[in-house]
Amino acid sequence: MTDKIAVTLRVNARDYRIEVEPRRTLADAIRTDCGLTGTHLGCEHGVCGACTVIVDGHAVRSCLMFAVQAEGSHIRTVEGLADGERLSPVQQAFHDHHALQCGFCTPGFLMLATAILEDNPRIGADDLRHALASNLCRCTGYHNIVIAVQAAAEKMR
Amino acid sequence: MKPAPFAYHAPRSLADAVRLLTELGDDAKVLAGGQSLVAAMNFRLARPAALVDINRIASLDFVNSEGGTLRIGALARHARFERPLVEGVLGGLLPYVARHIAHLPIRSRGTFAGSLAHADPASEWCLVARTLDAEIVLTGPKAERRVPAADYFQGVFTTALRSDEIVSEIRIPLPGAGWHGGFAEFSRRAGDFALAMCLALIRIEGGRIAEAKIGIGGGADRPLRIAAAERALVGQAPDAAAFAAAADIAAREIDPMSDIHADADYRRDLVGAMTRRALAHALRA
Ligand SMILES: Cc1cc2nc3c(=O)[nH]c(=O)nc-3n(C[C@H](O)[C@H](O)[C@H](O)COP(=O)(O)OP(=O)(O)OC[C@H]3O[C@@H](n4cnc5c(N)ncnc54)[C@H](O)[C@@H]3O)c2cc1C
Ligand code: FES
Ligand code: FES
Repeated sequence: MTDKIAVTLRVNARDYRIEVEPRRTLADAIRTDCGLTGTHLGCEHGVCGACTVIVDGHAVRSCLMFAVQAEGSHIRTVEGLADGERLSPVQQAFHDHHALQCGFCTPGFLMLATAILEDNPRIGADDLRHALASNLCRCTGYHNIVIAVQAAAEKMR
Repeated sequence: MKPAPFAYHAPRSLADAVRLLTELGDDAKVLAGGQSLVAAMNFRLARPAALVDINRIASLDFVNSEGGTLRIGALARHARFERPLVEGVLGGLLPYVARHIAHLPIRSRGTFAGSLAHADPASEWCLVARTLDAEIVLTGPKAERRVPAADYFQGVFTTALRSDEIVSEIRIPLPGAGWHGGFAEFSRRAGDFALAMCLALIRIEGGRIAEAKIGIGGGADRPLRIAAAERALVGQAPDAAAFAAAADIAAREIDPMSDIHADADYRRDLVGAMTRRALAHALRA
């Protein structure tokens, strides 16, 4: 075992002082050390996107980063999207348009879509589909996910 | 799975990073975007005893073009290339190529230099470096070496990079006026590594092709230029017949791999088809 390192993770505007081995991925640190289990882990090799979080404004795979690398960064997870009881535009659109079934992929899709639309709410339909192809869903067939994100885009313009 | 334990180092300068690599020896690895390395570590296909994380070395985070050369620092991430960075043929071509690499969240971390260090035979950036005659700058404990792409790529995941060296920069000579460029790749799903791809550049003068560069990726153990196809294009009018002839040559010249994703015959067909499409794309772009 290697020694643990003290790291401060800033997640959803709150500081978490944790001690982790260097091999702790950001995904595991968020789930296990910060107790924020909304971020899911599917494949652990970058393919499924269930673990997608936003780091310094960019959607990233949290299974492919180590927690020690995120010191000093601003991390956003699915827990930070809603404002109290009020869902974010993307969350509300997923609810309205039935864009989830089992919900396993949903946190990843919500963070991916949030990053895409915050960067450019006027993204074209083709570019949006291409960007959403980053993540996998085994239930919905994607149709309603695309519709929901398009609806959210209109609200965020 | 989870990675095996390792010691973590995050130097602030290139000199410190190289010194650490020298001290730590062969069991240490550079950590750049982590989009290949961490995936391999999670599966314990890679078990480095130490990682030298170069993400905090601010001096490596640059892309600029001066004096006809595009200079790419080791921390330039794939996403940076999705918007035009230079004038001329590469202005539109590099963003087009970049959007074929993996997925958005992977492009926001993975680096151009990391792709060259990793040297997957189906890497888009390795194909770009080879086709455009890039120079790869390797910084080691004693000196800096500049290796032409033609010598740099040596096989599957195998390059001229030594374990105590860092790919610090990539230099790409910018094609001048008259060049047209196109790209085509085939992969089973969006974002997957390509089964075959082609980057084609042609310079047209007085209605005829005066120079050509045909690069193939995914077709063999490393990115290749197809000199015979390039020669066949020179002097021809840039039309479908000339492109088809060059594509046939490319498909014949390549010695494709057979693997779980595609057998050699299928890959050969794809190489031909991608060459034709890339050349046609060059005329449009
Ligand atoms: C789902 C998925 C799909 C992908 N699809 C594609 C694709 O279609 N096309 C494609 O090209 N890539 C693809 N990739 C790989 C991705 O582009 C990686 O970013 C790239 O291969 C490696 O770059 P990196 O910066 O992430 O390097 P890392 O993962 O950090 O490192 C990779 C290797 O290179 C070494 N290294 C990295 N940088 C340097 C350096 N500057 N000097 C010396 N050694 C260095 C490391 O030690 C390690 O051995 C995909 C990855 C995933 C997870
Ligand atoms: S768990 Fe990270 S991409 Fe699948
Ligand atoms: S809703 Fe079940 S995986 Fe997407």
